[in-house]
Amino acid sequence: MASSGSGYDLSASTFSPDGRIFQVEYASKAVNNAGTALGLKCRNGVVLCVEKPLLNKMLLPNSNRRIHTVDTHSGIAITGFVSDGRQIVNRAREECSNYEETYGTKVPPTVLGDRLAAYVHYFTLHGSLRPFGATALLASYDTETKEHCLQMIEPSGVSYKYFGCAAGKGRQPAKTELEKLDINKPDRGENIDVREGVKQLARIIHLLHEEGKDKPFELEMSWLCEESGWEHKGVPRDLIKEAVEWAKKDIAEAEESESEEDDDDDDDEEMNE
Amino acid sequence: MSYMNQSQPNTHQPYANAYQHDGKSAETRNLKPGELSTGTTIMAIPFENGVVLGADSRVSTGTYVANRVSDKVAQLHDRIWCCRSGSAADTQALTDYVRHYLSQLAIETGRAPTVKTAAHLMRRLCYENKDNLMAGVIVGGWDPVEKGSVYNIPLGGTCIKMPFAIGGSGSTYIYGLVDSLYKEGMGEEEAKQLVKKSISHAMARDGSSGGVIRTVVVKEDGNTREYIPGNELPFGP
Repeated sequence: MASSGSGYDLSASTFSPDGRIFQVEYASKAVNNAGTALGLKCRNGVVLCVEKPLLNKMLLPNSNRRIHTVDTHSGIAITGFVSDGRQIVNRAREECSNYEETYGTKVPPTVLGDRLAAYVHYFTLHGSLRPFGATALLASYDTETKEHCLQMIEPSGVSYKYFGCAAGKGRQPAKTELEKLDINKPDRGENIDVREGVKQLARIIHLLHEEGKDKPFELEMSWLCEESGWEHKGVPRDLIKEAVEWAKKDIAEAEESESEEDDDDDDDEEMNE
Repeated sequence: MSYMNQSQPNTHQPYANAYQHDGKSAETRNLKPGELSTGTTIMAIPFENGVVLGADSRVSTGTYVANRVSDKVAQLHDRIWCCRSGSAADTQALTDYVRHYLSQLAIETGRAPTVKTAAHLMRRLCYENKDNLMAGVIVGGWDPVEKGSVYNIPLGGTCIKMPFAIGGSGSTYIYGLVDSLYKEGMGEEEAKQLVKKSISHAMARDGSSGGVIRTVVVKEDGNTREYIPGNELPFGP
């Protein structure tokens, strides 16, 4: 790792001589130790996905959720400390409920993202509090402008809007894979649709997962799209199953063939060894 | 022996909790002494691409007309207006609060608030403070989501989106007239004429309504204020 804190890393309210707040950086490192979370803004919706390593054989399947609905039109995927993530989700739910009670409409994505970012940021200002060790991926739909939106709120309290974002252990290779997808074309109509997005995210997760090294995992996916009536819902299980089957097949085919576009995959395999 | 001396009085005793009106109107009884009332006629009708809001201009304290040319149509935001009726002080305070909250919201969200939001804010204030307020408000305006829309917020703090809304003390006299003349899908001119005609009729019969008619036409590209002096009303005093 880079320079040690040497005394400047004991409190979130202390700057280091080179202008860093180490506690916030350490919080990000905590997130990087956890399962990968991916978000994708497709042409007609947003898809969220989290890789849940199964730490215990006794865990009940499909419990211990990482993706939470905060309002009909918004959902959050958490990675990092799950308990810290819970706090962020609860706050998001309060914000949504409060906004609707005051203003009579669903909270716009930008406002919700900004408020969550401000909340997370608050914990980086005080010596008596520690920053959140969790990143939240927020998928949201604006009921007035009819646009969908993907944002990521990091432990430092920044929140940006993304076409595709990744957090957690496999974020570096995941970002490389995400960049290859058609999600940022100048003509928005050419971007992939949600069903394709579901398949691609499943593929990326499986690509990053190494059989021998990493623990077995559960895949949690949710979407917010036309098909779901612009409500945040879990992707139907049969669709996930389909996507995983396709993903495994696609990866196997890519490994076998020597075509140009698979060189990237092969390189990844080599680097990981 | 004392009971024989008791005589039944001949006069009818009112019940302890009888409704004492003392000859005063409901409004006068609810206002504080000397408080100004916008006993009023207000109206709003949406048409294809906007809304027409209209009101009379009389402000009274009891029988004295404190202001015969007041402006009861207040602006809440660029394309959102409201008509005020009831206590002048209460409605002015409400309008100021809602204007403030809407402007802050516009900055936070980065876009123009919707009429629904404005109506919702107004309703929350009216409902939460219903014991201390006497205000009947009609919120109308144009927004990109619903285009022209009108919300009626009467005394208790209900909020109903309506195809057209009338309010104030004078409105009771023109329910029949408006019901018979209103048609769906009216254009701007028709809606304006209906507003002017209806308010004139109300002003003719309601002692608390009078003066001039003020109208505001709200559309996507702008607001147009108009006023009809008392001697040019479609229907005479």
